[in-house]
Amino acid sequence: MDSYQQIIFKLKNYWAERGCVIQEPFDTEVGAGTMAPETFLRVLGPTPYRTGYVQPSRRPADGRYGENPNRLYKHQQFQLILKPSPDDVIDQYLGSLEALGINLTEHDIKLEEDNWEAPTLGAWGVGWQVMLDGLEITQFTYFQQCGGIELDLVPAEITYGLERLSAFLQGKDSVYDIEWTPGVTYGDVRKRDELQYSVYNFELADRDTLWKLFDLYEGEAQRLLALYPKAEQKERFPLLATYDQVLKCSNLFNTLDARGAISVTERVAVIARVRKLAVGVAEAWVDQSGVQA
Amino acid sequence: MNLLLEIGTEEIPDWMIPDALAQMRTLFGPAESVVVDATSRRLVLRATGLAERQADREEYVAGPGLNAPPAAVEGFARKQGVAKEALEHREGKYGYTRKIAGRETRDLLAISLPELIGKINWPKTMFWGAKGSARFIRPVRWIVALLDDKIVPFEFAGVASGAESSGHRRLGKARFPVTFASYEQALRENGVILSADERRAKILSELPKDMRPDASLLETLVYLTEFPTVVTGEFEPSFLTLPSEVLSTVMRFHQKYFSIDDGNGGLAPRFAAVMNTSGDPAGLVQHGNERVLRARFNDARFFWDTDQRRTLDARVEDLKHVTFQAKLGNYYEKTQRVEGLVAILGGDAHAIRAARLSKADLTTELVKEFTELQGVVGGLYAKAQGEPEAVSTAVYDHYKPVSMEDSIPRTEAGQFVAIADKLDTLIGCFQVGLIPSGSKDPFALRRAAQGIVKIIVEANLNVPLRSYLRRDPKIEEFVLDRVRNYFRDFAYDEINAVLASGWDSLPDVRTRLIALQAVRPTADFEPLAASFKRIRNILKQANFTDTAPPSTSLLEDGPERDLYTDFHRIQNEIVTLPYQPALERIATLRPAVDRFFDKVMVNVTDARIRNNRLALLNAISTEFSKLADFSEIVIQTQETKV
Repeated sequence: MDSYQQIIFKLKNYWAERGCVIQEPFDTEVGAGTMAPETFLRVLGPTPYRTGYVQPSRRPADGRYGENPNRLYKHQQFQLILKPSPDDVIDQYLGSLEALGINLTEHDIKLEEDNWEAPTLGAWGVGWQVMLDGLEITQFTYFQQCGGIELDLVPAEITYGLERLSAFLQGKDSVYDIEWTPGVTYGDVRKRDELQYSVYNFELADRDTLWKLFDLYEGEAQRLLALYPKAEQKERFPLLATYDQVLKCSNLFNTLDARGAISVTERVAVIARVRKLAVGVAEAWVDQSGVQA
Repeated sequence: MNLLLEIGTEEIPDWMIPDALAQMRTLFGPAESVVVDATSRRLVLRATGLAERQADREEYVAGPGLNAPPAAVEGFARKQGVAKEALEHREGKYGYTRKIAGRETRDLLAISLPELIGKINWPKTMFWGAKGSARFIRPVRWIVALLDDKIVPFEFAGVASGAESSGHRRLGKARFPVTFASYEQALRENGVILSADERRAKILSELPKDMRPDASLLETLVYLTEFPTVVTGEFEPSFLTLPSEVLSTVMRFHQKYFSIDDGNGGLAPRFAAVMNTSGDPAGLVQHGNERVLRARFNDARFFWDTDQRRTLDARVEDLKHVTFQAKLGNYYEKTQRVEGLVAILGGDAHAIRAARLSKADLTTELVKEFTELQGVVGGLYAKAQGEPEAVSTAVYDHYKPVSMEDSIPRTEAGQFVAIADKLDTLIGCFQVGLIPSGSKDPFALRRAAQGIVKIIVEANLNVPLRSYLRRDPKIEEFVLDRVRNYFRDFAYDEINAVLASGWDSLPDVRTRLIALQAVRPTADFEPLAASFKRIRNILKQANFTDTAPPSTSLLEDGPERDLYTDFHRIQNEIVTLPYQPALERIATLRPAVDRFFDKVMVNVTDARIRNNRLALLNAISTEFSKLADFSEIVIQTQETKV
């Protein structure tokens, strides 16, 4: 039986052998691997790119104080981008499951329609959820648009849910019982995070402070975006730092949402604010890439 | 000649496939020998009896005049590739009949097949290469196009047509050659059952006999697979303490499992799933599905237990934070309006209580997780929290009917809450300009209006719907359209005739429609309807608006007085009659009307006489239009005399 970390090693190796740049997680809070710049920005423009990384993904509203065996505030994804998508992309993906020791002839695999949309990023794609014996283990998406921009080369995004996949492979009913490495469980490593962040997100996060922070990060992103068109040396302009501010806004929005501080009406308006920033960065990024090329 | 076209793709959304196949058949054109088939990964069209080539045809080319210079004539002949002597003479000109060979079907198909593939209209398409590349529902990975087993050469989306198909992802070979004759068998050897009927039959034959039938789930699974095989599993009976609605929703919508009946109307702790493979020799698939279901049920139980910490009654306040619609406020406000409406409709205390609790389940974890269970969860919680049965049932049912086929709420309290809820949404949306247009109806107002009509008619409710529509012509027209749709099994002119006489009571509309439909085939009815049309026209031309009854002293003996007498008698007779005999009696007026029009001139110079005759016609028209406006009936059997 492979441990949690061995599963990650195997995925990294499998995709490294297929030409992917294997990276470590992005260091700003994100809600999904898609939001990391290695996906969000790299899928823009005509340059081919292949990358894979584990991305801890924070979803404040999904926290359950470490009490629910299947739901997590912070779960980990193995995020993969293949740009452009190879013709045999699904076969390659199925090969990765075999590399994890899943004998596909003994299991049931179905690709069920599941289109993906991230309104805060102005991004959408079509694809499937991959069902293994009735369990959704992967989200497979052909990106169509990102930051409101139709893509030059359609990438395949493959997102493995590492906890689910590991629980499946190890036959565990609770994510907390997953063996991270022999003698250490997922619960040993992560349960404290789950409890404490649930308490913070649901009980102690100060709404006024979070709103202030949101406004500050939004303001900084807006300030930078306004400077970009006038920048003399565009290739030097810190769009990556600008994008960090957008991600901060996105995480604050999610926390405020979990805290119950955003009404349904406001929700739409706040999503539009974050989206505007994300679209602004995406457009500038494409422009900057053109300058450099 | 025989044609085989197979478009090999990545997995196509199951629900789009049947329509795509129907389109392919239509696009291919009128040929009786066309068969279309599909699995999740291939769309297939087979046609037999195609001609090898188009028929040859002739085309006459006119040349120079007969008296043209010889050089011009020779030039023309040369251009046609014949000697001057071979030219024909027609209408004073030289000419030549060219023979044009029909094009080969293969060449034609090489052009038309890629066009056909591109013309299939999908709900949502994608591209998978560079910007501007071909679009389809999912990436096309191979194409088989064989005419009498020779390749019809073309390209679609960068994929060249060939003679090799691809099998089931795990049970078949990635590439193998096919022929028209061997195609289905070759697929079978590679783990693919081509025929949807066969896949359906296989699933049905393998499902446990006590499974709960679910036709739409079955269709989903037929097109989600290439080689379906049923696997059954069990869950712990302790989960049966959760309501069966919750259990079956988890199984149906989240896992695509069939529920299994325990023989006493309840659920057995078992399920049936459909795999896309040939078997489960190691029991791993069963085990995996059981594990997933256990996790799902645990979630549901977790939500159920959490939700019980706060009663529905207490949650009503929380609705102040749940937006109904930006311009229409929150659900707390909606709840208050619905409560008020239920009282106006005549609901009792239970109905009003149900209205108050009806939306509170929107704040529960279970509904956030399983939105399709809104209402149902509220009803279950109300029951668990000790609300009277009449209240909990009304909450449970109040989203009904969710479709034309769905049943209406079971109790009067439920019916009132359902009508009030839908009416509030309908009127509110119209007032802030959220009016459905074309296929856009984001608030499902058509369904809401349809539901109101269905409930009032089928529960036979004394609800004067029209009086609640704020005299807004747009709303009235919208609702009337739904009324027509509800009664669409009746002839449209009968519906027009009945609705023209009023629709304050919808059960009454139905009764009148049934009566009118029954009377229509009788001999006197349509001629009388024609006469009514004539009466209407006469009154209209005369601009007659007086409503005073005709004066008997001014009636001329003979046909005029006879008509009056008959009218008066029938008028008295029908007062106590049900609609159908009343209509039959009205139809007996026909001979008197006919004689009147034969013998009596309405438009006489004596104004008093003329007006009295018009008053008589007006009285007849008014009196007998109370059931239906006969002038709306479209006469097919006899020409209308005006």
